[in-house]
Amino acid sequence: MAATAAKRQIPGTTLFDGDMAQKGYALNKMCFSFNHADNRAEFVRDEAAYCARYGLNAEQAEAIRSRDVLGLLAAGGNVYYLAKLAGILGLDVQDLGAAQTGMSKDAFKAMLLAHAKEN
Amino acid sequence: MAKIVGGMFVSHVPAIGGAIARNLQEDPYWKPFFDGFPPVHRWLEEVKPDVAVVFYNDHGLNFFLDKMPTFAVGAAPQYHNADEGWGIPTLPPYDGAPDLSWSLIEKLVDKEFDPVSCQEMLVDHAFTLPLKLFWPQEGTCPVRLVPVCINTVQHPLPKASRCYKLGEAVGEAIAEWDEDLRVVVIGTGGLSHQLDGERAGFINRDFDLAFMESLIHDPQWATQYSIEEIVEKTGTQGVELLNWLGARGALPPTVSKVHANYHIPISNTAAGLLVVGTGE
Repeated sequence: MAATAAKRQIPGTTLFDGDMAQKGYALNKMCFSFNHADNRAEFVRDEAAYCARYGLNAEQAEAIRSRDVLGLLAAGGNVYYLAKLAGILGLDVQDLGAAQTGMSKDAFKAMLLAHAKEN
Repeated sequence: MAKIVGGMFVSHVPAIGGAIARNLQEDPYWKPFFDGFPPVHRWLEEVKPDVAVVFYNDHGLNFFLDKMPTFAVGAAPQYHNADEGWGIPTLPPYDGAPDLSWSLIEKLVDKEFDPVSCQEMLVDHAFTLPLKLFWPQEGTCPVRLVPVCINTVQHPLPKASRCYKLGEAVGEAIAEWDEDLRVVVIGTGGLSHQLDGERAGFINRDFDLAFMESLIHDPQWATQYSIEEIVEKTGTQGVELLNWLGARGALPPTVSKVHANYHIPISNTAAGLLVVGTGE
């Protein structure tokens, strides 16, 4: 049973709550380790071994392997920590945005700009 | 007695650090954002604060999910920035104001807020970049600092009304502080943006502009909303506006607008800037 009841549904949005924080703990802990350059280098040297050392489950390890941003979120990843992984992969938040919305990066950037012109 | 001279509110985005390091202030992408700051620099020259109390949220530099405080107050003699993993330059350390920090902690506990106190505390881009935007000169930041960290990472987040009341207690502590200090309060984060999920890229200009206006004339307006409603209206990271509400709560009800700027986008973020004065 979920630890929290009656969540408000916001389309395309998952609140990072106690359920997600438990589910994603190992994944987020690995990403938190990327604050240190040595750890980033070690991840790059052998991703699978690094994931195994942090105890990622199969869903999390596969989402890392396939660079599946929505999969990482579904597996409990929190974007504040995943951003450190994105840094290693040379991805910025617009790359992440494009990957999650199925847009090209140019289309995603154009969508952001269009918000400036709303009335 | 310590006096609050005003409040400064600004978005924080890691990419701003890269833009500062590469001197991109005049670059067409960045100029509409950086052009907001010269009037703030002139105001700071006039009001000359000694201390800044900064309401911000940590992004996984000092705090992890192993221990996630809802409210944390820095009480260190010095605060260090450090590598956050994405390659922006680390900025020099900041001098603390630990006596004032402890008076805040005393007041907050007396008012039943019960924050975590931190005699060591790394400060991330949400703290360092706003300070660099407000005080762009080389070297160390010219004001002493009191960090107030609010959890915007892991739900349940503190309610908007609670963050505002936290700020009110901070304002009381400053007003009662028996030292001739000039204090500015700072709130960082927001405005509307969402980095994660199929709704990534969400921005809500109308809400942002209404929120900025409310801080001048109707400061508790946003406290009518639940956290879920704020996420719905501003995005999963737009909820960082809780830091703005905390800082606003520390100010007197009546303030005057000094300067405002609003620009879409910086990275995926609607970047807001607001400065208000108390007349002190």
